[in-house]
Formats: sequence, structure tokens, C-alpha cells
Amino acid sequence: MAGYEPRLDEIVFTLTQVADLDSVAKLDGFQDIDADTARQILGEAGRFFSEVMAPLNRVGDRQGSVLTPEGTVRTPDGFKEAYKKYVDAGWSAAHLSERWGGGGLPYIIGVVIEEMFKTANMAFSLAPMLTHGAVEALERHGTDEMRAAYIEKLVSGEWTGTMNLTEPEAGSDLGAVRTRAERQEDGTYRLFGTKIFITWGDQDLTDNIIHLVLARTPGSPPGTKGISMFLVPKFILDEKGDPGERNDIKVVSLEHKLGIHASPTCVMSYGEEGRGAVGYLVGEEHQGMRNMFTMMNLARVGVGMEGVAIGERAYQQALGFARSRVQGREIGGDSKDSVVIIEHPDVRRMLLTIRANVEAMRSLLYVVAAEGDHQIHADSEERRKLAGDRLALMTPIVKAWCTDLGVEMASLGIQVHGGMGYIEETGAAQLLRDSRIAPIYEGTNGIQAIDLVLRKVPVEGGAVVSGLIAEMAAELDTMSPHEDLAQFREELAVAIQGLGETSTWLGERLIAGDLRSALAGATPYLRQFGTVLGGWLMARAAVAALSAPSGFEPDFLEEKVTIARFYGEQLLPVANALAPAVKGGAALLDGAGL
Amino acid sequence: MNVIVCVKQIPDPATPYRLEEGTNWLIRPEEQILDDTDRYGVEMGLQLVEPSGGTVTVVSMGPAGSGQGIRQALAMGADDAILIEDTSLRGSDALTTARVLAAAVGRREFGLVIAGTESTDGYSGVVPQMLAEILDVPALTYATKVEVDEGSVTIHRQTVAGYDVVTSSLPAVVSVTAGVVEPRYPTFKGIMDAKKKSIETLSMGDLGAERAPEQLVLSIVDAAERTAGRKIEDDGDAHEAIVALLAERKVI
Repeated sequence: MAGYEPRLDEIVFTLTQVADLDSVAKLDGFQDIDADTARQILGEAGRFFSEVMAPLNRVGDRQGSVLTPEGTVRTPDGFKEAYKKYVDAGWSAAHLSERWGGGGLPYIIGVVIEEMFKTANMAFSLAPMLTHGAVEALERHGTDEMRAAYIEKLVSGEWTGTMNLTEPEAGSDLGAVRTRAERQEDGTYRLFGTKIFITWGDQDLTDNIIHLVLARTPGSPPGTKGISMFLVPKFILDEKGDPGERNDIKVVSLEHKLGIHASPTCVMSYGEEGRGAVGYLVGEEHQGMRNMFTMMNLARVGVGMEGVAIGERAYQQALGFARSRVQGREIGGDSKDSVVIIEHPDVRRMLLTIRANVEAMRSLLYVVAAEGDHQIHADSEERRKLAGDRLALMTPIVKAWCTDLGVEMASLGIQVHGGMGYIEETGAAQLLRDSRIAPIYEGTNGIQAIDLVLRKVPVEGGAVVSGLIAEMAAELDTMSPHEDLAQFREELAVAIQGLGETSTWLGERLIAGDLRSALAGATPYLRQFGTVLGGWLMARAAVAALSAPSGFEPDFLEEKVTIARFYGEQLLPVANALAPAVKGGAALLDGAGL
Repeated sequence: MNVIVCVKQIPDPATPYRLEEGTNWLIRPEEQILDDTDRYGVEMGLQLVEPSGGTVTVVSMGPAGSGQGIRQALAMGADDAILIEDTSLRGSDALTTARVLAAAVGRREFGLVIAGTESTDGYSGVVPQMLAEILDVPALTYATKVEVDEGSVTIHRQTVAGYDVVTSSLPAVVSVTAGVVEPRYPTFKGIMDAKKKSIETLSMGDLGAERAPEQLVLSIVDAAERTAGRKIEDDGDAHEAIVALLAERKVI
């Protein structure tokens, strides 16, 4: 597998010119972050992930995490040492609150750091991703005692956190959760039940693991309204707050998966020894589902990031191969010499397709991350609300659009290699295998599309969507003076209009109570929405690049315009081709003899 | 003991280097990075001062640009930096560089000056020796191991056959090879702290240093293209051909 070199110019450009890092830097508490500081931090982070984490990607795939006879998980060679370096360098805590010992950086910078980790080693990056989710949940819903006992160790990465939702009979429908939690006289609980698909449910990297577990208390109402969240440590803390007695939690088995082999996917048994796993209620009883979604939302952005990450790695892998593989003669030239395949138009098209999609996805990711910062730190209630609404609207799009594209780009990356790509040694195949989970976990992409159509589009009577569409349309004006962008502008105008039409159509179905028709079109609608958002932000990138911002070489800026134009002129136009599928209703789906 | 580490900001080796027409000088972009070979020197310096609580100062010559490369050394833990930037120094050769660095180093009290063996963009490989000569202190070069003890320094000096053990009094100049120590990764906190550390920028006038007689780069020639490899067919005696080849290259 080829190495990974973060494309720092591209990252910093997207941060500053597309996602408006400046406006985030002006928010309370972030004064230390200007473009220079961002470059410095991300340059060092990138070096760390490319030198320490990227080489372990292959090792992790080959060896995988394994279950020892003692019932604990052993991670692949080198993971433990690398994790320690990661924690020591402070990368885990960089964007977390200074109150808990974090670095106090904006979320948007944390997102870039996480993106780099995922690009270097997606399977490994899941451990801190879930830990960050646990921090968020405890920060919002934990008691003071709980925060005092656990949060700093989770922030630093000294301990990791997990999310325990799924059970054999409770997957996308978590209302069916059966794990039970019995209250004790001392106010603690004892948990009994089986959880499956628990990512990094056990490991040998840290002294303790803090599980957040969904369970039911006796007599609770059926469905999601009866679910509560519990904190269940692997080792119960002693009086000094150090890991003490082993809790009644057992890893029963690890799943054998298509990809992300280094990430142990555990079947966890709580209370198997009979005494029950000691747990502590987080937040109010019966509020577990809502509180868990605090973690889920950020985790969904985190998974969307995996589409960007896998796409970037697939691009670098394929580019390296295409520049060295000699095959065939130059098309349209006089020379009889063989050339490297990157000289062939079709190979160039594949590489450009990957790269343009990756850069469009990255733009959306950073823009969404910026809204995450504004949601909390903006100085007006109005701006905070707008950011919250935008974040909510775009989260399912980031998750599903980016991860679907991640799989497609990993596949295209293999295609660039020809037969060599189908062979494991090349490394391109691992990327495809790893990428395939992302459209599934943290809510399948189908669930994301339902979330978008049923929960997000109707917010404020559709005003959040129409407001965003109006803002996209405003970008057309900034493109007008640039002759080079004339065709892109035309395509974008048509695409935005098309998105407006499908949005209206869906809104009408919802008002009419015709949910079946609306949901039949949900997935193509999400795809259309993502594609148009990509077009909008690539337009913004092109306009910015043409204004020659300081800190970037002219060659880089020229290339950026070319990539943006390729997206706008050749990839964006498919958005409107999705309209018939969005508006097709359920008739054909229901008519087929499935 | 205080240690001074000579470092250089260079264009990212992952990007194509361009030369200025006419002078054949390297065109240096605004964003340059710390030469990777200098990380060993900085790390060595940090490890050597840790027991005694001395300071590590990095000294560098060249266009400041964004200063990113210097801050990378500070982020590792160096205490402060001196940067000599002067347009009159454009295109300067090894001797001028050594004179300028010596003038800057001479402004501080130091026990040891550490440098890499050569920079990744210039590759002259003679600056540390010249620097020692101008400072009139011993030069201990190509160190694969460095120990300081009560006013003396002892190194393992890499040779073709193995290494020599070389000891000298302090102060001295030591050039270190890649691998002398494992450079640390800057911590996030280190990076943020580096923003607040002092970078003293000096001109030639401030230093009172003089430029050495000119070195001119007369012409630049493309490196020879790699030729195709040679295939040795094995008819039972391929090993002899391989042995002969290795002997010819003086590998065995």
C-alpha cells in the first residue's frame, strides 16, 4: 500500500477559503487560531499520522485484532505504542474543552485532525471517535461526580469509550432493546444482557474502557421511550479513582468482517457471571435514546468523514500507481514509446473524478464542522439557531453522501490499477473493503435518507432547506464576473433549481401525509442534495482561487479552479438526473414482485 | 550547559524544486519546512540539556517566510531562535553560511553547537567543519552517538568500517547523522507554546558579518535518466555473476 501524505495546501485552502475558518476563529475562546496556526498544527498532525499511523494500516488489516483465550482483545503489532504516542502528543484532546484538559481548539480543526487519522488508518481511528462521543455524552448528561471520575481520562485518551446500542434483535429499531438494568439500594444498577457490533468493545491499549450502554429498567414503557443510558466501566474504580475490580462484562466473540480488521467488533455479554455488570445511570431514566443521540450526531459526521478519508487515500494510491505503471502508447501523439498510464485520457478521468469528489466532500465536511462551532459559540441566538438547524439538516447528508461516494471512489481507485488493483498486495483492495462499512454503521444510509426527509426537511415548514437553497443561489452572482466559470455557473443554476423542485415535491407529499411516496424517493433525494451542495462549495472554491488569496502558490490555485470546474461541468449535472427517481413515488417499487 | 542547534528551513522535498533563471539559485516559497535532518540535532540538544537544565537555541540563516520551519523546532521544545535574514545573503555558499552562523552563535554562551551533517536542499556537507574552524573550537563529525560529561564530549564517529570513539573538550561543534536519536513528535501543547517563544531576527548589519568571496553556479545539468536494469539469466551459474557484480560495487 502506498503511504499517505496529507495535502496540506488543499486542506488549509478548504478551511480558510471555503469553510471560512476566520469566522470560527473570531468566536469566543478561539482567538489563538488563525490560518498560520492552523497550518502549523495540521502540518505536525499530518506528519504524525502519515509516519506513525499510516504504516500500521496494512499490519492492522493483515493481523486484525484477535480475542485471546483469556477473553480479552489483543490489537495488532505496533498499535499499543502508536496509541501511546498519539495520546502523549495530545492529538486526542486537541479540540476538546480546556475545562477537562483538552486543547480548546475549534471542532473544525478537530475534524481535520480526525480526517487525517482516518485517512492514515480508518480502523484505528474508530477508538478515539467513540471516545469523543462518550466525552460529549458525559459533558451534557453526566453528573458532576461522573464527570470528575471519568471525563479527563477520556479527554486525554488515557481511557477509551464505547457506544453499546445494538442487540441481536435490536438494530435499526432500537426500541427492541432488551438488556435490563436493575436498580440497587445504593443507587447503582446491575446490567444483564447481550450487545453486538460493539466497536472497540475491548482492547489492550488503555487501563480502562468506559462503556455507555442502552438498557431498560424494570417496568419501563415499551419502545424507545423506555430506554435509559448507563455508564459501565470495564474496571470499577476504587476509592482513589483508579481502575480496580473487574466488572461483570465479557467479550464473547469478535466478528469476522469484510474490512476494518484492526477494529475489534465485539459481542459483549453483561452480567454473565450472575452478579450483573455495575452501571451508573447517565441523565434521566427513559431519556437514554435522546441522550445517546448526542453521541450519534457527532459520530455520524465522524463516519461521513470516512468517505472523505477513504477517497483521499484511494486517490493517492491510484495516482502513485498511474504515474509509475507503463502501459500502451500515448493517444494522439507521434511517439511509439510506451507511456505511464496517467497519460491516457480515461485514466485521467478516473483520477480527476476521485479527486473532485473528495474535494467537494471535504468542503461540505468542513462547512458542517464550522456550523458545529457556530452552534455553540456564535454570539447571537439567531446565528446559533441557524447553525444548529444547518448542522441538523446536513448531518445525514454528510454521513450518507460521503460514505456512498467513499465506496465508489475506493472502487474507482481499484479500477485505475487494472488487474493489480484486485490483488491484495497492491493495497487498493483494502480501501474498498474498509470503506464498505461506512454506509452501514451509525445508522444505515437508508436511515439517513429517512431522517433527512421526515425529520429535517419539514423543520420550520421547510424554511431551513429553502434558506440554504437561496444561499446557494447567491453564489451564482459571485461567479458571474468569471468567464471561465460560465458553464459551471449554468450547470449550478440548473442543479439548484432542480433541488428546489424536488424539495417542494417532497414537502407536498409530507403535507398530504403520503409518506410512502416521500420515502420511496428519500435516497435519490439525499444523493441529489449532496451533489448540489458539492457543486455550490466547489463554486465557492473556484471563485476564491481566482481571487488569488495569499499563502497559496499560483500553480495550486490554478489547479484548484480546474478541479472545481471538472466537478461543476462534468459531475454536478447528474444531480438533476436523479429527479425522476425522487419524484417517482412508490408505485414501481410496490409493483415489482419482490 | 546551553546548546545551540543549527537548523535550516527548506522547501518541502515532496514538492518540485525550481531554480531561478540566470543565477541558478533555489527559489524558496513562503512556506518552508524544517529540514528533516535537523530534527535529529534538535532532539539531541533537548536530550543533552535535560539533566542540567540548560537551554536549546536554534540558529538559522535564510529567508524567514512564514517561519514555519523554525517554529517546528521550537514546537519540539527548543527554547528560542535566532534567524539571520538579509537579502544580501541570497545565493550564499557554504563559507558565507558558516561565517554568518558563527557570528550568530558567538552572541550566546554555549557548551555545544550541533548541526546535521548536510542540508537536504544544498548538500554541501562542509558547513559544520567550517563553523568549528571559524569559532576556533574542535569539530566532531558524523556522530551516531553523543555523550556529554563534565566539560567534555564523546561521540561515536561513523566510518566506513564501523565507528571511532572521539572525545574533546567543550565547547565544540558536533555534526550528527540521521538516527543518532529518535526525534520526538511535537505535542499539541508544544506547538501552541511555540507561538509564544522568541525568534530574534538579525540582519548582516546587526551581526557585523561579511560575505565570503562568491561561489557561482555556472550551469545545471539534469541528472542522468535511470537506465534499464540488467537481467541475469540463471543457467546454474547466476550466483557467480551476482558475486562478481557485488564485488565490482565493493559491497563484498
